[in-house]
Amino acid sequence: MTPETLEGTPVELDAEGFFLRPEQWTRDMADAIARENGIAELTDRHWTVIDFMRTTYLDTGSAPSIRSLGKLSGVPIKELYGLFPKGPAKLAAKIAGIPKPRGCI
Amino acid sequence: MAETLEQPLAAATVRPETIEKVSIVVSKGSLEGIYPGLIMANGARMEGIEANVFFTFFGLDAIRRGRQAKIKVATVGNPGMHVPTWLGAIPGMSAIATKMMQRQMEKLDIPPIREFVELISDSGAGLYACKASVDMFKLTEQDFVDQVDGVMTVGEFYALAGGGEIIFT
Repeated sequence: MTPETLEGTPVELDAEGFFLRPEQWTRDMADAIARENGIAELTDRHWTVIDFMRTTYLDTGSAPSIRSLGKLSGVPIKELYGLFPKGPAKLAAKIAGIPKPRGCI
Repeated sequence: MAETLEQPLAAATVRPETIEKVSIVVSKGSLEGIYPGLIMANGARMEGIEANVFFTFFGLDAIRRGRQAKIKVATVGNPGMHVPTWLGAIPGMSAIATKMMQRQMEKLDIPPIREFVELISDSGAGLYACKASVDMFKLTEQDFVDQVDGVMTVGEFYALAGGGEIIFT
């Protein structure tokens, strides 16, 4: 657990930078996390994915698989990898302020 | 002696290098022979790792038109099935075991082979058929699904795999 400050607010992150307490996340923090992970600017398409990640996590208690992300978020797999080149499912989860996805798919 | 010992100890304290590229060889045509390679390839891409998959021998069925949906669990000669060979050989056993496994995989959001190959291709991984196997089975590029990037010799595969890890499943 690494206590850090994002946008002036203290947050609890794991060793890899994933939120341990999603309720501490605010939308303003997303841009800072994205920039830190090599995404210069979050577009509406990024936000479609981020919102889907977060909603799914808050509804079901786990992050969506890359398969359901591609099928249900409205953003196809190819585009997902374009938006989040370093691994869409995990990077979107990090930016969305939810714990690291544990699935293999 | 002290000198040789020092190196690995020092190395152990440093964080190991991260994997940046993998090439996965799929050589078996059963469900349990194909899925591990596909899961490893997809998992690599999910981590932002460059991935290539090389289908050889019966592994070619994973990328053959009309064959993808017919891939079954091997119920004979498979100790993992935990059933006697004679039982596994009863007609329909393989189909039943395959159905059960597919149902379980669907629950875990693991796609059927055809969809999985599409997903892996869309993720930016390269998919290649082994030339020796293609020739042996008298196949042409037309026998493979559109996601296949080409037919490749072993030498070309090694050139492509350069600088990364190779996994044989």
